[in-house]
Amino acid sequence: MSPLPLQIRSLNVAYHRKLVLWDADVGINPGKITAIAGPNGAGKSTLLKAALGLIPKSSGEVLFFGDTLKRNRNRVAYVPQRESVDWDFPVTARDVVAMGLYRRIGWCLPVRSRHRRLAEEALADVGLADFSRRQINQLSGGQQQRVFLARALAQKADLYLMDEPFASVDAATEQAILSVLNRLKEQGRTVVCVHHDLQTVSEYFDDAVLLNMRVVAQGSVSEVLTTENLRKTYGARLPLLDEAVTDLSVPNALKKF
Amino acid sequence: MSATMIETLWRVLLLQDHNTRIVLAGSCVFGAAAGLVGTFLLLRKRSLMGDTLGHATLPGIAGAFLIAITIGANARSFLWLSIGAAVSGIAGMLTVLGIRKFSQIKDDAALAIVLSVFFGTGVALLSAIQQLPGGQAAGIEGFIYGNTASMTTQDAGFIFASSLFVVVACVAFFKEFSLLCFDEAFASTNGWPVRTLDLFLMSLIVLVTVIGLQSVGILLVVALLVIPPVAARFWSDNLCVVAFLATIIGADSAMVGVVVSAVLPKMPAGAIIVLVAASIFAFGLLFGARRGVIIQLLAERRAASRLRAEHMLRAVYECAENGSPLVELKAILNKRPWQKKEVLREIHRLANSELLTITPDGLKVQLTNLGQIDSRRLVRNHRLWELYLLNHADVAPGRVDRDADMIEHVLDPRLVDELEVLLAMESPRRFVPLDPEKRKS
Repeated sequence: MSPLPLQIRSLNVAYHRKLVLWDADVGINPGKITAIAGPNGAGKSTLLKAALGLIPKSSGEVLFFGDTLKRNRNRVAYVPQRESVDWDFPVTARDVVAMGLYRRIGWCLPVRSRHRRLAEEALADVGLADFSRRQINQLSGGQQQRVFLARALAQKADLYLMDEPFASVDAATEQAILSVLNRLKEQGRTVVCVHHDLQTVSEYFDDAVLLNMRVVAQGSVSEVLTTENLRKTYGARLPLLDEAVTDLSVPNALKKF
Repeated sequence: MSATMIETLWRVLLLQDHNTRIVLAGSCVFGAAAGLVGTFLLLRKRSLMGDTLGHATLPGIAGAFLIAITIGANARSFLWLSIGAAVSGIAGMLTVLGIRKFSQIKDDAALAIVLSVFFGTGVALLSAIQQLPGGQAAGIEGFIYGNTASMTTQDAGFIFASSLFVVVACVAFFKEFSLLCFDEAFASTNGWPVRTLDLFLMSLIVLVTVIGLQSVGILLVVALLVIPPVAARFWSDNLCVVAFLATIIGADSAMVGVVVSAVLPKMPAGAIIVLVAASIFAFGLLFGARRGVIIQLLAERRAASRLRAEHMLRAVYECAENGSPLVELKAILNKRPWQKKEVLREIHRLANSELLTITPDGLKVQLTNLGQIDSRRLVRNHRLWELYLLNHADVAPGRVDRDADMIEHVLDPRLVDELEVLLAMESPRRFVPLDPEKRKS
């Protein structure tokens, strides 16, 4: 059996002595659209960022296609949260999308017309063909999100990791993103989305990972979304966990368990 | 102006002295380099880092001077002092990064602490130098405010070469630097060596700061890093153009500064350079084609007057919709809370644009054919927007961009069709009973 696109083993991540992810074991199935769902502060984005090496992990192992990320850079595309950048930056939508091609263009070489064409194609794929020359600060929030998506599409990766692509976007963008996700799936690619809206998980996704500092459940949507699992994820926070989180700064805190 | 001054001015402008030529060339390329690399510093939101860096070079200069005196070397060698400046500049930068990493002190505080501590150390060392016998310290204060007069041909050559290196590096790595500035996380996941790139960019900044010591001085070098790109930003939304303009502005400011301080030897070049850059900045702030205050004010006024005209056309159309095409002024006045004077002025304006006609007695108005077409489009658009807001309240706010004008340019055709069906189903009377402004009250 070929290795999974993304395999996370016993991943621990801590911010300022507080553990935010606890022994996370996640396996992402190839060719599926997977949601990472959970309440605020559950470590959903942290899981993605730590897997991609954007924030340091305390311990654990992350494998992309059975190997390190370094060896699979061009098979993995990341779509950050829209708020993570300054949209006042003096570039056009097409320029941003072309950034997804920089790796292919190589060091010190300029963006040439065929790259611009590729960027425009990617923009057309997300329904922004008419906006390619638009200044990015003149795009609506949803359009900005789609520009980010187009940048990832331009990378032509096999695994797409998206951080809240559906967060506060308009109906048109939601439709555009969904159709892109389904097209990627038809092409046999794998998509992972951090997703905040529990209502739409079963509608949009094949698989789900329920996360609340630790992995509560994972598998196909129908198996995962049980009342019991949801209560564990969203219900009253487990007192044990809360205590552990606050007490990690105390020496020998973990001995209690 | 005395005759000698005019004579000097001519000598400088005509590049008669070999020395002037070299100093001018060195300073110009330095200004260009500062403007160009400053563009990335600004976009990376590290402007204050440049300031801290400049101040942090002082203890290095003083230290290098002291060491040179102790071992009996040439304490005035610009190259030697530059090395000292670079070392302490880098030390300052690393201290900031260290504080950021290992403590929870915020960036601004870390920068302020490092800036003042390093500068304070430098000042203490300087006063120690001044107490040395023999007045050897003369001229070292030149580094604080900048003094092009003391620049030798050799110094200028060094400045020229280093600046050229910075310019070439910025051009070569333009794509990489802009990616780093825009989206570091993405660059990192895409396999770019973000940390190395960042270090390289910051070393270029250190280099520019160090070679700027002689022309603009420690205190003002940040101005030449930050003002040119900010001034350039008023004129363009295109990164290449902004960077190019910043380069030109930097070079120009440096050139004017050097010329003026050559003519008026008492004037520190640094101050002149900064003042020139600041005037270019002020000019851009007022008249800039993209973000200038005036252009934005005009755009706002245009938008306001368009909105007034649209309100009026809609009001006339809606009055005419319920009765005769000849609309009484009174009916329009009742439509929304506006002054009679305003209404009259607007009506005359619209009559001038041939969108409506006014009866000779001035009490009734009627839309012309052109006005009919325009106002019907406006009303339809407005109602579609209203319906959209009513039906998609949860997702709508991000979309409501009235400046996009036509709803179908903003929403996808499916949604517009859906809204049109809704619009056709409801009688116009039902959902435009009142203007939204009135509904609120």
